[in-house]
Amino acid sequence: MAIDQTRPNQSRPDAMPTDPAAGAGVKSDAQRERERRKSFLYQRGPAIAVSVGLVALWWGVVVVFGIPTYIAPTPADVFAVFVEQGDVLWINFWPTLLEAISGFIIGNLVAVILAIWFVHSQLAERSFYPIAVFINTIPIIAIAPILVLLLGNGYAPKIVIAALICFFPTLVNMVRGLKAVSPQMLELMRVLSANDREVLLKVRLQSSLPFLFAALKIASTTSVIGAIVGEWIGSNYGLGSLIIEATYNFRSPLLYATVILGAGMAVMAFGLTTFAERRLLTWKPSDVF
Amino acid sequence: MAAARSRSGSAAATAISARDVAVRFETEAGQVTALEDVSFDVEAGSIVTMLGPSGCGKSTLLRAIADLVEISEGGIQVFGRRPEDARRARDFAFVFQDSTLLPWRSAIENVRLPLEVGQAGVTVEQHAEPEELLALVGLQGRENALPHELSGGMRQRVAIARALVCRPRVLLMDEPFGALDEINRDNLNEELRRIWEETGITIMFVTHSIPEAAYLGQKVLVLSAHPGRVREFVEIDLPIDRKLAVRDTVEFIKITARLRKLLEPV
Ligand SMILES: Nc1ncnc2c1ncn2[C@@H]1O[C@H](COP(=O)(O)OP(=O)(O)OP(=O)(O)O)[C@@H](O)[C@H]1O
Ligand SMILES: [Mg+2]
Repeated sequence: MAIDQTRPNQSRPDAMPTDPAAGAGVKSDAQRERERRKSFLYQRGPAIAVSVGLVALWWGVVVVFGIPTYIAPTPADVFAVFVEQGDVLWINFWPTLLEAISGFIIGNLVAVILAIWFVHSQLAERSFYPIAVFINTIPIIAIAPILVLLLGNGYAPKIVIAALICFFPTLVNMVRGLKAVSPQMLELMRVLSANDREVLLKVRLQSSLPFLFAALKIASTTSVIGAIVGEWIGSNYGLGSLIIEATYNFRSPLLYATVILGAGMAVMAFGLTTFAERRLLTWKPSDVF
Repeated sequence: MAAARSRSGSAAATAISARDVAVRFETEAGQVTALEDVSFDVEAGSIVTMLGPSGCGKSTLLRAIADLVEISEGGIQVFGRRPEDARRARDFAFVFQDSTLLPWRSAIENVRLPLEVGQAGVTVEQHAEPEELLALVGLQGRENALPHELSGGMRQRVAIARALVCRPRVLLMDEPFGALDEINRDNLNEELRRIWEETGITIMFVTHSIPEAAYLGQKVLVLSAHPGRVREFVEIDLPIDRKLAVRDTVEFIKITARLRKLLEPV
């Protein structure tokens, strides 16, 4: 956005001397320039070019050094998996997506509710915050087997792991966000005799949104990681189990394809969260508050 | 504004009365006495400005009236009510130095905020029209602008409109124009007097600026510091329909000279 606003002004002085008489011509130049800069290629072109370059490099290294397929497949091998074993990939894609989404929703919802409670009760914050910190310090890989033992082999342990991994960043950010209200704003609400509920609904929730979305963007990708890690342990479906199976059987192209699919899921989740953020945060959170 | 309260009506009622008010704060370094022995009366429908050295307790006094600070001794009444009851009855509104607008709400939605909270439905039977108020503060056409699209002066105008929406009887203002440039400040001073004339509201206005205090106020409450006490309650003898140009007259300069002298350490 910032680029769109500043660049046309810069281009104007360049255009002026060449065509001093026709003001309209200068303007349309600036407009064209602006459209060019807004275009998809201008925004995404560099990243696409680098990605293509990296894939080419990967391919080149595998071919030049004659690396066997079971150690590192070429992009073509991986692509072939998508074509020939697409059904296997998709069958395992959906459970993982379901677990990731469920974990994302549950973990963030619990975090937001706890954060709201903490902001209204010092006692609750002092009692439970340390426990939340403690749980967060246990590596998720270490919790996974415990949860599988406790919750069995179905969706439940994977969803819980995905939820746990989302939970902490959102809790921390949400508590900060709900408290990021200026003292004067709170005094204004007091002069208006507003109660806690009204302060929460009219002031705190909206002002916490920038903080919440910072956390949701992290959670959108980590929930996918959580679901996949959950499927590593004694599961016979999902991208996580496919990764384990492909690794043990030296089916490297399948392994790579699965990893790419998992990454794609995380990117998609991140993109959706960013999209929601853009739609909801049209106001500038910074200086006015 | 449609239902301006008549100032000519009943014989001068008291809007705010303070009796032997003391405010003390408990701090880690011990007790701090912000205000001591403060007594004064503000006549209904008048503008009183408050001057005093920094840290003398001007904000504390205003906040005590607004039930934002607890009084340690003495008593304050707003139209005969304790500050807490006056707050619940929406007898007063407060304007801060920051406009304290909600950044995700448009100007008009910010003005409506007081109608949406604090059982406004019960206490505010007949509120002012937000559109009319924005016009009153010179913001017609900008109703849907978000705060970040408005200048500092415009935001402060929105804050004033918001303060007026429940038709309060008293407007408490703590350096509302302190962060503005001089031209903006002059404009708003003139408009505040106009709004005061149109609405008949009682205004108590804290400022650091001697000319602002003299121009706006019918009376100036001068405080002295450590602890904050009333130094003098000065009557300002200027025409009621004064224009900004009054500041270039000899009378005005005499008044500001006197106020300046009162602000010197004793
Ligand atoms: N919440 C508080 N806790 C402790 N001390 C306080 C508190 N609020 C104000 N004080 C003290 O009370 C005194 C008066 O403060 P106040 O803010 O009312 O002064 P002021 O006249 O408004 O100053 P300024 O002109 O700088 O705004 C100061 O000494 C200040 O340190
Ligand atoms: Mg102050």
